[in-house]
Amino acid sequence: MQRQITIGLTLVGAALLVAGCHTDMWQQPKVKAQQKSEFQGFSNKAASRPLVAGTVPRGKMKLDEAFFTGFQDGKLVKELPIQVDEMVLKRGQERFDIFCSHCHGRNGDGKGMINQRGLVLVRPPASYHSDRLRNMPIGHFYDVITNGFGVMYRQAPGVEPADRWAIAAYIRVLQTAMNGNLNDVPSDERSKLEASAGKPSIADAATPGEEKS
Amino acid sequence: MPQLFKPSANTLAKLSVILAGLLPVVVLYAGVTVSRSPYNTKVDIPIDQPIPFSHQHHAYELGIDCRYCHTTVEKTAIAGVPPTETCMSCHSQIWTNSPLLEPVRKSYETGLPIAFADGSPGWTKVNAVPDFVYFDHSIHIDRGINCNVCHGPVNKMQITWKGNDFQMRWCLECHREPEKYLYTDAANPNLSGREQVFNLYMKLQEGAKLTQREYNMLYKNEFRYSPNTKEIEEGKALVKKYGVTKESNVDCYTCHH
Repeated sequence: MQRQITIGLTLVGAALLVAGCHTDMWQQPKVKAQQKSEFQGFSNKAASRPLVAGTVPRGKMKLDEAFFTGFQDGKLVKELPIQVDEMVLKRGQERFDIFCSHCHGRNGDGKGMINQRGLVLVRPPASYHSDRLRNMPIGHFYDVITNGFGVMYRQAPGVEPADRWAIAAYIRVLQTAMNGNLNDVPSDERSKLEASAGKPSIADAATPGEEKS
Repeated sequence: MPQLFKPSANTLAKLSVILAGLLPVVVLYAGVTVSRSPYNTKVDIPIDQPIPFSHQHHAYELGIDCRYCHTTVEKTAIAGVPPTETCMSCHSQIWTNSPLLEPVRKSYETGLPIAFADGSPGWTKVNAVPDFVYFDHSIHIDRGINCNVCHGPVNKMQITWKGNDFQMRWCLECHREPEKYLYTDAANPNLSGREQVFNLYMKLQEGAKLTQREYNMLYKNEFRYSPNTKEIEEGKALVKKYGVTKESNVDCYTCHH
């Protein structure tokens, strides 16, 4: 009798221990971002669904045509629709370095790493330092980031509208810097520049190339 | 009737009592060892993927910023695997005939996720936490935690593997004592935590000399400040600067809401 009780208790104890080994909380019947869904209605099996066409998040209606398209009344906007300060330009530089520089180059001369590695590109990335792009209304840069241009794909999914304008503003900075001379530098900064004369700088590396488009 | 047991049986009997006492310890030790070994955690084991994507080539050699592909890492909980369109941004122009990239082109044509040649879908997830853990990338980036601290030397990985076991014990090491782990570049102390993360990769690109701690942080995962040193005071100052709330860091609901 005692033996049977011992065996019985052991089995109950083992069952309790094994019951602890389950994973239903580790893999819950919910979907997280970018997970797979077995739902039959989703033909590409992606759990994250695209927004239904025409969806407007509350308070996010894109009413400002110039800000969201780069066009005003069918024409490229010539003025930035945002206030520019140092923060915006720094943000623009950061976003430019992330999203644009590997093709267009850190200084915008179109000689980024992909261009160097692409051997012979049929249509190499544009340099911003051509007359065509120097004279282009600023809305053009917003439009190209949003919709792409030539063989360049749109970069809209990764770059929010405000950041696109910040990048556009930074492109103007690059264009100005590349065509600047010593007289553009504030007098108190000139001595620093002259001290570093002879050392390689971003402007030395630049050779504005011809635009092919 | 002869004796059933030889005198040596006494020794065996005593030994078996001792061994029986040790058995639970051995079983526990073996269990812990197996559960923490790469056999279970998959740490340091390169994972087979539809495309042998090299982070070393793209992020380190070409210098493409992490955020070009993982666009939401600073803003949301997930870092985000890029859409096929991101790959095609460049690969519609270079390596356009590479057989290795066939899954990318196929995905772009059909709108279906990138799949193995045999049709089995998708990238194999390398880093995952259980569904009851609510991890958020953005807050960690904001506190200046470098990608490599958790993910291992990603910028040197030809095929991606898991850099740490992601067990709770490991999370808590840092959550209990963040002052040992926080980092700032001594030459650029004014950068925010977020900027510190990517500034370090920029330094790599520019070929700047790394400090020993930076090197260990990126590649060795051994960069803890020791207690009672001058450095740990710097760490405590960083806890304050980054606004790390040590008390809520170890609350259960911080990660398990």
